[in-house]
Amino acid sequence: MDITTELEGNILIARLAGELDIETVQAFREKVVPETERPGVKTLILNLNKVSFIDSTGIGAILGRYRFLEKKGGKVLLVGLKAPVKKIIKMAGLLEIMPEYSSEEKALNEIGEGRIA
Amino acid sequence: MGNHAHISMLSRSNNVGLARLAAASFASELDFTLNELEEIKVAVSEAVTNCIIHAYPLEEGIIEIDMRIEGEELIIVVEDKGVGIEDVEAVLQPNYSTKEEHMGLGLAFIDSFMDRFELSSEPGKGTIVQMYKTPEKLKNRKEAIS
Repeated sequence: MDITTELEGNILIARLAGELDIETVQAFREKVVPETERPGVKTLILNLNKVSFIDSTGIGAILGRYRFLEKKGGKVLLVGLKAPVKKIIKMAGLLEIMPEYSSEEKALNEIGEGRIA
Repeated sequence: MGNHAHISMLSRSNNVGLARLAAASFASELDFTLNELEEIKVAVSEAVTNCIIHAYPLEEGIIEIDMRIEGEELIIVVEDKGVGIEDVEAVLQPNYSTKEEHMGLGLAFIDSFMDRFELSSEPGKGTIVQMYKTPEKLKNRKEAIS
């Protein structure tokens, strides 16, 4: 799994590519988790546009970040969900607690306009 | 017309992708949609992941994956010789989980994505998950005929 991260103020953008399962979740833990733990980071925009597969292990990793950031008053925003991935994320109930956007720009606009704390 | 394939693999996380791709490839012999093949991939991924995390928590063991086509039905059996489950009924309860980040979703996905599944286990001997699925197209055709 390829993961790149970018910090924009207190917003962390993580772009994932590949399959998010028990094998690749380790890369998520190594590359995304420490970045969300930086002082000041409150919001995680998770771009899953290039993620083709996710299972309950991947769901657990995303949920872990949600719980962590929520305690700091932050949020997780999801971007670019492909149909098979969206189905799993929806079934797990993540769309009830994390807003979804078609692009990073739209997610950033929502934050900029104050609709997302 | 039946078919049969068998995979024996070490309980390593980098084998999970192989397991689900093999299962989807095997299943594609039946008239499953791409959506259904994705569902099969998730179910197999969950069953094999459970073996790695729960059956063999301390050392590697063998995971057997038996795949059959009987008539128009796909049968996938995932078996381990790991620690087993003390209370199978408890494991089948919604949201049951022993790991903080897992939420008990694995078996819920298997239950949702396969037509039915059976879980049997014996502490100290291992666990068997049997999963069954028939293509929706075929079910619809049969309903239309009847």
